[in-house]
Amino acid sequence: MSGASSLAAGVPVRVRTGEPQTHCRTPHYLRGKRGVVLRALGRYPNPEELAYHKPGMPPLTLYQVEFDAAEVWGERLHEGPYRIVADIFEHWLEPSVQPAVPGHEQGASHDRA
Amino acid sequence: MTVHDHGDHSHPEHDGHDAHAPVDDLDHYAPESLLMEQALRELLIEQGVFSAEDIQRQIDLTESRTPALGAQIIARAWVDPAFRAALLEDAKPALGGAFALDLANTPELTVLENTAGLHHVVCCTLCSCYPRNILGIPPAWYKSREYRSRVVIEPRSVLKEFGTELPAQREIRVVDSTADMRYLVIPLRPAGTEGWDEERLAALVTRDSMIGVSQALAP
Amino acid sequence: MGKHVHDMGGDPAGPIDHGEHARTLFDQRVDAMLRLLAHPQKGYFTVDAMRRSIESLDPQAYHGLGYYERWMRAVRQLAIERGLVSQAALEQRMAAIAAQRGGKA
Repeated sequence: MSGASSLAAGVPVRVRTGEPQTHCRTPHYLRGKRGVVLRALGRYPNPEELAYHKPGMPPLTLYQVEFDAAEVWGERLHEGPYRIVADIFEHWLEPSVQPAVPGHEQGASHDRA
Repeated sequence: MTVHDHGDHSHPEHDGHDAHAPVDDLDHYAPESLLMEQALRELLIEQGVFSAEDIQRQIDLTESRTPALGAQIIARAWVDPAFRAALLEDAKPALGGAFALDLANTPELTVLENTAGLHHVVCCTLCSCYPRNILGIPPAWYKSREYRSRVVIEPRSVLKEFGTELPAQREIRVVDSTADMRYLVIPLRPAGTEGWDEERLAALVTRDSMIGVSQALAP
Repeated sequence: MGKHVHDMGGDPAGPIDHGEHARTLFDQRVDAMLRLLAHPQKGYFTVDAMRRSIESLDPQAYHGLGYYERWMRAVRQLAIERGLVSQAALEQRMAAIAAQRGGKA
């Protein structure tokens, strides 16, 4: 997605849906889920191309994204609240208009200072 | 296909009683796996892709990385605020400097700090990503279907299976190592260790506490 | 196409086995071969290619084989893909080793 390489901390995002037939590093349980960018982790060759002996260039920005367990699991959640953090490449992220959990404080407020 | 008898010591390389003492019970492998390994290794050595010495050096390097190294790093982070800050800021250069570790050509590393308010537990739901260059090879349970499936959907139950019960108000963050970043946890420094030196502290730091399924041992 | 077998987050699963398993020489060697071949400066293939190869095992093989046995099949597949060995040469060598071991038993 254009401009994805500049997602700032606290930006709400949604993981894209899709069922690629090929290797990818976006876990199924997070697809379509809304989260918040914690930080960018740098740029790395695209693993979906590296997997097939291609160079994977230009590199893609990898983002650390935080999700609320309630958003991820919905009715399957059977424990108290917690967060999930996963690293998602830019082309799997799209902007999310709504925050992940309405009324929930956005951003990395509890991140280490 | 010939079944490879685990008592067969006809291959000289099986005879060495080196420090790493690999287990030699091969009964639970498909015989084909063992043939495949030897055949491929021999062919690649013959073609000069790597040498037998390269294989041994690689094994030695891998076996040299153990949770004891991680424990030293954590103990240093507990006693040395500047090192801790550097480690949290950018782990690889901090470790290269303080522990003379060659981490070139190894995956990126982020260190996560557990606090009284926040507990991290690390997993890899897609495969077995793990800070191998600090902690060595991952334990079998880390790679298991059970851990990988469950820790992201019921972390408190999983922690309980490890004997870890956190205060209700402590927030949990499950960190799924899905891509190029590896994660190492600094466990909470146990109470009652004020004034301890690094060596004593390191003895309290278990492998599991650096993955986040346990806390550091109580003094 | 649904979720792939390796992609386990959230799947129902039983209690965790906390048993520690020491690595065998087989495990160590398979691991060493992978590290050498996937080393960035050798670059015969990447860890992502390795993962793709493991993930392309059919579910029965994925669950039926041990961890390093899955790795072994993936390394073999990639060595062939990258032209480091031919499948025929590998099979020939495997047969020769099997015959040799059989003869000694």
